[in-house]
Amino acid sequence: MTHTHEHSECRKLLASLSEYVDGALDESICDVIEQHMGECERCEIVVDTLRKTVELYRATVPAPPVPEDVRARLFLRLELTDFMKAMESD
Amino acid sequence: MLESTLNVPPGALIAEASPAPPSLSKLQSGDRVEFAQLVDTYSGPIYRLALKIVGHPQDAEDVLQETFIKAFRNLSTFEGRSSVATWLYRIASNEAFMALRRRKPEAVSVDEEIETPDGEQEPVQIVDWCCLPEEELLSSESREHLDKAIDHLAPVLRVVFLLRDIEGLSVRETAEALRISEAAVKTRLLRARLQLRERLSHYYAERLKVEQA
Ligand SMILES: [Zn+2]
Repeated sequence: MTHTHEHSECRKLLASLSEYVDGALDESICDVIEQHMGECERCEIVVDTLRKTVELYRATVPAPPVPEDVRARLFLRLELTDFMKAMESD
Repeated sequence: MLESTLNVPPGALIAEASPAPPSLSKLQSGDRVEFAQLVDTYSGPIYRLALKIVGHPQDAEDVLQETFIKAFRNLSTFEGRSSVATWLYRIASNEAFMALRRRKPEAVSVDEEIETPDGEQEPVQIVDWCCLPEEELLSSESREHLDKAIDHLAPVLRVVFLLRDIEGLSVRETAEALRISEAAVKTRLLRARLQLRERLSHYYAERLKVEQA
């Protein structure tokens, strides 16, 4: 991984990368980042793996169901036990 | 412990009740079917959030119960400026942090330093592991690793990451739930994601070596 360019540019862009992978930045800032990535393999890898990191976590949703006993005690505490039975049937 | 403000025959209305979004006016009028639906819809996400913040099943269960008890008690004063979901996440985050302070005060106290604006930790792991096949990236071992990596984040970073990237709240909703600025959400999210990227890169780089051997 060799880079001959100014390393300070990488540091400056780092602060924007999270919003960049969310697609939340203005086009002009995206252009700057994309141009830099074209010249800097290091930042390109950081961006790609950062994006993948977020994607992988999103792929682990939805939430696993609450354990049966925890759910039963919750409905009992809230005095909703009657409704819990009704809800299991749907 | 809770007063039954309205006695609806159970099961009678449940089939007609729509799953989402919760109706605030029904909730505020004391509609217990609607409240039961709310509990049913959000108990999974809230339990998961609580468990990842407090790291202890009994504490997480207490947080889950307290969240809905407080929600029930405070429904009448809820003004609806945020969504009901965001409001529930706010109560749950508060409860979880109180539980965490009781169990591990030191874990929360170091959080003060988080906001220092002296820049981000420079990325260390520079390996492109994106090319790994999906079944490797999301194998049960990998999933376990993904899950454990979250636990290494400082609690204030962790809660932002959980609300935004796991529960899918927007930056604005996350800010509302935690009563912090959107700028603070963005800073903490960036920091959390970069730290997770480091851990994942370390792990997947090893998988890559195995794959390429
Ligand atoms: Zn760079």
